[in-house]
Amino acid sequence: MRIVIIDDSGLRASVLEEGLREAGYEDIHVVPPRGAFVARLERMAPDVVLIDLGNPSRDTLEEMLSVSRALAKPIAMFVDKSDESMIGAAIDAGVSAYVVDGLRKERVKPILELAVRRFNAFAKVQAELDEARTALADRKTIDRAKAILMKTRGLGEPEAYALLRTTAMNQGRKIVEVAAALITASDLLGG
Amino acid sequence: MTPIRAAFLSLTDSAVLVVARERGFAAAEGIDLDLVRTTSWATLRDRLVYGQVQAAHMLAPLAIAVTLGLSQQPAALAAPYKLNVNGNMVVMATQFAAALEPDVAARLADPLGAAHDFAAAIGLYRRKPIVGIVHRFSSHSLMLRYWLASAGVDPDRDIVLRVLPPSLMVEAMRAGEVDGFIAGEPWGSAAVDEGLAETVALGERIWQRGVEKVLAFRRDWMESNPDAVDRLLRALAAAAEWCDRPENWRELAGLLASSDYVGEPVELIERAISGQILARKGSAAIAAPDFMMFAREATSFPWRSQGLWIYSQLVRWGMVEASETNLAAAAGVFRPDIYRRALASAAPMPGASMKLEGALASPLPIGAHHGALTLGPDRFFDGRVFDPERIAEYIEGFGRS
Repeated sequence: MRIVIIDDSGLRASVLEEGLREAGYEDIHVVPPRGAFVARLERMAPDVVLIDLGNPSRDTLEEMLSVSRALAKPIAMFVDKSDESMIGAAIDAGVSAYVVDGLRKERVKPILELAVRRFNAFAKVQAELDEARTALADRKTIDRAKAILMKTRGLGEPEAYALLRTTAMNQGRKIVEVAAALITASDLLGG
Repeated sequence: MTPIRAAFLSLTDSAVLVVARERGFAAAEGIDLDLVRTTSWATLRDRLVYGQVQAAHMLAPLAIAVTLGLSQQPAALAAPYKLNVNGNMVVMATQFAAALEPDVAARLADPLGAAHDFAAAIGLYRRKPIVGIVHRFSSHSLMLRYWLASAGVDPDRDIVLRVLPPSLMVEAMRAGEVDGFIAGEPWGSAAVDEGLAETVALGERIWQRGVEKVLAFRRDWMESNPDAVDRLLRALAAAAEWCDRPENWRELAGLLASSDYVGEPVELIERAISGQILARKGSAAIAAPDFMMFAREATSFPWRSQGLWIYSQLVRWGMVEASETNLAAAAGVFRPDIYRRALASAAPMPGASMKLEGALASPLPIGAHHGALTLGPDRFFDGRVFDPERIAEYIEGFGRS
């Protein structure tokens, strides 16, 4: 069975490819959705095409799948409509799958399940990374605001932090928002 | 507050949804409107069909195609509200446009002449021109086909149509993957501004009141949530009135320019809204006051005849078989009954639900509930009139290509 993964994030594609290989699938190709990728895909005559639901190239892909004369059998998204929970899980995970007509459900299901698991795992790692980045940026902002307070008001570090925290609590805002506002104000005042 | 999630694409004509959220019109109706940005029509369709969102800023022909089972998973969709009328333009690479009327204002004023010039330019060009369309089932594709076919061009034979999402059009032009495209704003203006392309036709000069984006729901969801639907429609109607007022245009363009929505410069976005179109880099703006319409003339009213016009074009181009079943399914997508229910006391609206399309050469005051209503001219550039009671005859009139 030939599986083509269309993805421009090298990392996600390799996470998925690796999973599929571990599960015993061998005929796997990763195609980035650039330039004349549909012509390349057409020549490959895949049985299953996996693509991130949010990929902007899906319209281009679907057009090819619906008009191609080169593909022996039509390919449609989630050919088997009976398994609604599976489709729901795939959509939630951001997986869309185009499957050649006539491929049996039992053969497609494990691929789809694997793609869903790998996409979810990838999204989790991505979210953790984003969170870590935000946390780091927040800390830097708060540190800068503290430094401004320490300098202009002659406060010690714990007092400067306490002032930011009290202000945030009184205004019902996050500490980082108060810190950012302070930095902006200080920049405007040439502080 | 009732939460409603609506999917949209980064286009100037997402304006009414954006304003409903950002200027409090949705909140005033008790709707917590969450807007979900998507980058392709396939994704927008899937989010709606599989229930990740309850509403979508959808290409009118796509809503009909999904209902007819022509675009992946079939689902009965309903369009009780039109988010805008008009708003597209055809742009072509400067090298291609060199074979057309050089005076851009004259070119745009004469779509019939421009279509014939386009037809002649095909043979002079270095390859069969590749024209980007945003989707097979888009108003853009149907309009481009209609326009070129009038000059004897067979769009399936004489040019190559390539499907790309609107936000990737400019990049595709830059890479030489397409020689031009028809897309919603601000993408045509963006290509003009980069000096890559010139405007060769305006949607509103091909069909003066061309149906464009609709607010689409899944029919079953719409029917089981009448109260939420009515409140959302009232919020949108108020937002649309706001969008039509010239004193708000700058602010509207500013809202859309945010990276949460369109993410392109204010000046670029403002052109479609204010109807000041730059057809060539550095040239003077051309006034096209009907370039994109939101509220006036009951723009948002979903005339059943407009849904049927779309069906006629799908049949014409062999995208769907003509049958009573398909006709009935297509006719059921536009839902003036829901519009009337929701907006009965809010806006003047037509008494009828169908009309001849393309029959008005000048503004016409019509019978309306609640105040006066004048319909603007709605002619097709070739003068044909679509009678929704005589669809087969209309299609026959185009001849076989």
